[in-house]
Amino acid sequence: MIEIESLTKSYGTTAVVDRVSLSVERGSMTVIVGTSGSGKSTLLRMVNRLVEPSAGRVLIDGRDAAATPAHLLRRHIGYAIQSHGLFPHRTVAENIATVPQLLGWDAARVRGRVEELLRIFQLEPAEYAGKFPHELSGGQQQRVGVARALAAEPAVLLMDEPFGALDPIIRGKAQEDLRAIQRRFGTTVVLVTHDMDEAFRLADRIAVMSHGRLLQYDRPAVLLTRPADPFVARLTGTSDRSLKLLSLVTAGEAAEAGAAQGPAVPAAASLRDVLAELVWRGATEAAVVGADGALAGRLTLAGILARGRAV
Amino acid sequence: MLLVVLGLAAADALTRLRPGPGLRVVSLAATAAAVGAAFAAGAVDQRSIMREYAVNASSFGREARQHVALALGSTVAAVIAGLPLGILCHRLPPVRGPILQLLNLIQTIPSIALFGILMVPLAALSLAVPRAAELGVTGIGPAPAALALFLYALLPVVANTTTGLGRVSPAVVEAARGMGLTDGQVLTRIELVLALPVVLTGVRIVLVQNVGLATIAALIGGGGFGTFVFQGVGQTAIDLVLLGAIPTVALAFTAAVLLDALVDSIRRTPA
Repeated sequence: MIEIESLTKSYGTTAVVDRVSLSVERGSMTVIVGTSGSGKSTLLRMVNRLVEPSAGRVLIDGRDAAATPAHLLRRHIGYAIQSHGLFPHRTVAENIATVPQLLGWDAARVRGRVEELLRIFQLEPAEYAGKFPHELSGGQQQRVGVARALAAEPAVLLMDEPFGALDPIIRGKAQEDLRAIQRRFGTTVVLVTHDMDEAFRLADRIAVMSHGRLLQYDRPAVLLTRPADPFVARLTGTSDRSLKLLSLVTAGEAAEAGAAQGPAVPAAASLRDVLAELVWRGATEAAVVGADGALAGRLTLAGILARGRAV
Repeated sequence: MLLVVLGLAAADALTRLRPGPGLRVVSLAATAAAVGAAFAAGAVDQRSIMREYAVNASSFGREARQHVALALGSTVAAVIAGLPLGILCHRLPPVRGPILQLLNLIQTIPSIALFGILMVPLAALSLAVPRAAELGVTGIGPAPAALALFLYALLPVVANTTTGLGRVSPAVVEAARGMGLTDGQVLTRIELVLALPVVLTGVRIVLVQNVGLATIAALIGGGGFGTFVFQGVGQTAIDLVLLGAIPTVALAFTAAVLLDALVDSIRRTPA
């Protein structure tokens, strides 16, 4: 759990982050969005004190972050950045082992953890452990960057535009992987992005920042249906907000009981995808099928449309 | 003569092969061994240079040691002083301009003039502090020579350290700090390691430059191979000039090959 209390950073008389307060539930994913210069990166970097706050404080699991020397604090907080920042003179395994070694883990434990992470990120240890970063593709480098950030099993992971440099297809995969890994380890993630689609895809809660102020901090659906001010509405996009709303709900969650005709859709698919499928097939009803292949219920066009409106 | 042509052809062929650092050091050693063997076998005993050598044999060893001590000592001192200065220039951009400009200014002073300029304060120092005079710090001799070489060596070391550190990706430094490396660890484990090839290139420039410049030290009584060169010039004895010049060239060449090989071997371990 991260509690940010009235956090401020000023340079001279300008406050780049202005009295921001928010709290991030343990094991949840918070995405901070905003235009460039909104202070979102500065806010993130004050959590691990790469930027020292001018006022206010950060509590991590109830402990004041300012009470620990900054470098010791950072060893227990994962940190991943856009251009990954892998050490070019160290192998993939050595890169991932950085923090565990700083923490003095014994060699066997470090090796085991490195192999575990490489497998989780679909990089075969025998092939990739000894490679240098420049021998990897952009997507692989990014995965190693995230693996390195998670190496010492941090309870909190901070990510600054981690997928900004990836092409759309690899980015989508990286986002899925992150969601899966975050659930698996129960990590509390705070991620900064300017990509609203990324925010809606990943976030449990979204914080919207502008000119150093926190404008709204809420669940994605609330941001769409009850934006706190015109800037939030503009940022979240009014033209496709119904579709964004649909993308937040899975077929499994929305399914009604009963037998269905029409195309079969997986329960994990979003209503937005189901709607697209129905439009494409010219159907008005879909059968929702669970991961085990069993029928989970049905979805009607009218039912889906009803969920695309603010209630 | 034939030997020289063959040697040049062999060197050219080697360059075309783009040998690895190890191979270059080996071929340097082989060349040195071949030359040494030729001397030992007496093949060149009757050359006029060797007759000059025979006359100056007792002082040759002393001047050789003096030359190496001057060139190497001033380089080591410049690295010891230049590295921290380079790090300072990298960390504190406001001081970078003044420091580099001052060192640049020193570089533009002709060497003989610099020796002359240094004589005055060092002579004054040795008069004021007798202890300094006992340690060999006097207006003429090795002290001003070593100090001048040191000052010339500073610019390449400082400039290359600053450049090398400046080339390290900011994202790498940011990630290192973000993971909890201390400032010292970021400097020694990340920044300096990544800047090392550029720093060593600066050291190579300095060492080769100082091996050459140390020749002039003889003018102010600093010793070294320059002693023979200037004696020879004074007596219009070309063989005596060559007795000083050839070992200087050989020394500079050896230093260049060794340090180039070192730089390359570091670059090859991927960076």
